[in-house]
Amino acid sequence: MSDLAIEFDGVGKTYPFFTLDHIHLRVPHGQIMGLIGPNGAGKSTTIRILMGLVQQDCGEVRVLGRRMPAEQIAAKWDIGFASEDMRLYEGMTIAWHMDFIRSIYPNWDAPYAQLLLKRFGLRAEQKIKGLSHGQRVKATLLLVLARRPRLLVLDEPTTGLDPVARHEVLKELTAVMTDEGRSILFSSHNTQDVEQISDQITFIDRGRIIDSMDKEGYLDRWRRLRLEVPLGIALPALPGIIAIRQDGRLAVATANAFAPDMANAYESTGARVRSIETMTLEEIFVANVEHSREQEVGA
Amino acid sequence: MSSSFVISQTDKRPIYLQIMEQIKQRVAVGDWTEGQVIPSIRQLAVDLQVSVITVKRAYLELEREGVIVTQQGKGSRVASKPGLGMRLQEQELEKHLEQAVRLADLLGIRPKDLQARLRETGDRRLENEMDKEGEKV
Repeated sequence: MSDLAIEFDGVGKTYPFFTLDHIHLRVPHGQIMGLIGPNGAGKSTTIRILMGLVQQDCGEVRVLGRRMPAEQIAAKWDIGFASEDMRLYEGMTIAWHMDFIRSIYPNWDAPYAQLLLKRFGLRAEQKIKGLSHGQRVKATLLLVLARRPRLLVLDEPTTGLDPVARHEVLKELTAVMTDEGRSILFSSHNTQDVEQISDQITFIDRGRIIDSMDKEGYLDRWRRLRLEVPLGIALPALPGIIAIRQDGRLAVATANAFAPDMANAYESTGARVRSIETMTLEEIFVANVEHSREQEVGA
Repeated sequence: MSSSFVISQTDKRPIYLQIMEQIKQRVAVGDWTEGQVIPSIRQLAVDLQVSVITVKRAYLELEREGVIVTQQGKGSRVASKPGLGMRLQEQELEKHLEQAVRLADLLGIRPKDLQARLRETGDRRLENEMDKEGEKV
């Protein structure tokens, strides 16, 4: 069996106003992949193709070694999928939903489901229509987690959650990973979630994958350099620097392929490097989207 | 006038301290000169996407330290003090020296040894620069 939980090869899909442009994506077993990108970037389209809900125009998709959408029925026994537009039955209780899922999936782990109820602060006898947004999200997640699927696919699992609920959900997702045969792919606008729990990051903008690599390596490539530039000296354009903002003698350069000798290169022109700072994923997100859009305008 | 003002999310210090530092740097390097009008509190808050209260706090502290002067209704200026830029640069050096002394203390390095280390560091820098000059020739 392949050591990849998810494999996209040259996958494309064209809609009247949106194109997913031949994307390649790999998620190894035992890892959490965070999918980030602005609204309308193609995150949900990617997830729908992954789940066989939308058929790609071209390219190969394999999930847990099965071709999608052709073998989706076999694949879905082992995939737990949750998204915003999944509906629970308003008039029924959480317990009813738990029984329903258990009747379909033989892997249902009843003690774990009870534990999750407690951890998420839910009561089995509650009807769906009385639940808050956060409780619905947690109930949906419970129904997916207690099946103990080998792959979890979650579209915006933390959107709209308060900090406490968000914390509970992230904790449960990382707990899943104590079993190294399990994998998670989730999309989020919340860069903090992605930064906190993912092993791999895929960055999508306008239907293209801009970057896809391990998180630590990715964060490590980015730096902000604060420079002091004497009058009359122009900063050279260095490879790996994607933006420079300057007014007067102070400048801030953003590196997406940082190398320590960049500091020497600047200093040899007479500029002074005041500090070199790491960046949060949110700062990288914004810098990256601005950069990729400038490139597009230029092209 | 403030496009290279960047607030860092990885900097653990409060935002108002980062703003203070960046204003002082502008004065220290001579971009903002004595008596020059600087962005209003509201303008800077908009540029940096932070709250007015945060910028106000930075301006108040800077006023207390004698770096800027704020006049009701007229906005803020860099204080008209000869040698202000120089003084701020010295303040920064002072800050780094204090930090070095504190670190040395933590590591159990005696003041005398720290002095020797400082001299060595200076010598090394000088050598490096002479090497570079040599390369150019």
